[in-house]
Amino acid sequence: MNMRQAFAGTVLELLAEDERLAVLLCDIGVWGFRQGFADHPGRVLNIGILEQATMGVAAGMSAAGLVPVVHSIAPFIVERAFEQLKIDFCYQGLGGNFVSVGASHDYAALGCTHHCPGDVGALKNLPGMEIVLPGCGEEFASLFRQAYANGHPTYFRLSETGNGATQPVEFGRMLVLRRGGKATVLALGPMLEPALAACEGQDVTLLYATTVVPFDAATLAANCPSGKVLLCEPYFGGALAPDILKALYPRPVLVDFAGQDTDFSRNYGKAREHDAILGLDADGIRQRLVRLIHAQ
Amino acid sequence: MPEVIRHMKRAILRAAANAGEGHVPSAFSVLDILWVLYSQVLRHDPANPGWEERDRFVLSKGHASLALYAVLARQGYFPEAELERFGSFGAMLGGHPCRLKVPGVECSAGSLGHGLPMAVGLALGLRLRGMPGRVFALIGDGEANEGSVWEALLLAAHHRLTNLCVIVDVNHSTDRALDLGDLPGKFAAFGFNAQCVDGHDHQALREALSQEPGDWPLALLAQTVKGRGCSDMENNPAWHHRAPKEQELCAMLQELA
Repeated sequence: MNMRQAFAGTVLELLAEDERLAVLLCDIGVWGFRQGFADHPGRVLNIGILEQATMGVAAGMSAAGLVPVVHSIAPFIVERAFEQLKIDFCYQGLGGNFVSVGASHDYAALGCTHHCPGDVGALKNLPGMEIVLPGCGEEFASLFRQAYANGHPTYFRLSETGNGATQPVEFGRMLVLRRGGKATVLALGPMLEPALAACEGQDVTLLYATTVVPFDAATLAANCPSGKVLLCEPYFGGALAPDILKALYPRPVLVDFAGQDTDFSRNYGKAREHDAILGLDADGIRQRLVRLIHAQ
Repeated sequence: MPEVIRHMKRAILRAAANAGEGHVPSAFSVLDILWVLYSQVLRHDPANPGWEERDRFVLSKGHASLALYAVLARQGYFPEAELERFGSFGAMLGGHPCRLKVPGVECSAGSLGHGLPMAVGLALGLRLRGMPGRVFALIGDGEANEGSVWEALLLAAHHRLTNLCVIVDVNHSTDRALDLGDLPGKFAAFGFNAQCVDGHDHQALREALSQEPGDWPLALLAQTVKGRGCSDMENNPAWHHRAPKEQELCAMLQELA
């Protein structure tokens, strides 16, 4: 089950279970919700291509006692409607769910207007915004059910690429997948699979996080004996750097980042081609990890 | 001008002068509208601001907050003495209203173009839940420069939100930047039942705001005078965001006595 299928399936199930749930599709994912239009008229809307007002409308629906889910492509949810997320949800103290497709370079061939490696870094600046990166469809289903009605604004970042194995994820908690002494690798969402391959044969701890905010500082602090951290993020690298430094303070730490530099990636092609160039595949991560292990 | 309006205007002037802060002319532009709404039209309960079946009012042009505060205080949501602390550190009442701090405020506001989409969502959500409440949103004509306003109007008309009434404070203060032309015609073209009303005539406002919902959402284009009641302030852009100094305050209070 890919993440899009999991999104539609989970939300369709919840529509039947929770009459507060309402879905606003920005003319994206409409086919996947065809049953929802029939079964829940008025609660599943193809709202149109007007993301700024859609966010405000969703916030108003939340203020009226509903639990909104807004779905579109990542740059149009996050960057087009950024101030609406900030004011209409975060500042107002209203809950809602924003489910994006087109993570980073998933729409590689469509060019930079449809790339969105800046979403997590941007959203981290919004007080109260929760950020979730599932690693596969099953993890999305679990995480969405755990968080969708918690009263906070929550961003769920769907990726085309996912991890092969499903982990027993818990909202707001990291998993410790391996323990070792030379470094700690922190993999976010779909970065787990290449990170697992990169850690093969290395004496390292591997942590897996599907929640960026709230950040599980306690698990990191308890699982970083080396003071060396390789952060593997599938977006502009370094968004979690302050969280890592705060979690490990006052210990001396070395942190390196497997993530994209803040730049437009003007190539087209496939997402995996971008990942390889940007060092986000297993080879790129392994090179950084070996360098970090030997760094003084 | 009714004494209650004079009273609130004097309170607004004193609050702004105390704080050295405030958009007084904008507050005077909309004060009659808000007073008629809260005193004669809205179903609301100051003792129970969260009453589920209440009508909702969204002040989208949040910089007119002093008018909302004066009306809410007069209606009993909080003591009028709160106005004396307006704008001070730790005060409940600031330059733009915060829904988490002020009883009776439905939406925090300040950034233009945000309140109306939220009001559309409120109207849609209340209808979806089968709730009886109507939703009134007040925007400025300058605010109607924002694209999100027109996005929201498209949605309101498409979804036939007859439980929504959009009030536009038409004081022409931003015509110098962008002339909106035939505003009633534009609202009508967007699918609204667009009507013009004198924004300072209480009887006309009551009748317009109390009319039964029709087949389309209602838009009331309220013709107003920015700064109404203080001759030096009326339609004078120098006063847009300026608090009166002591001598100016005395003269204005006298004019409103």
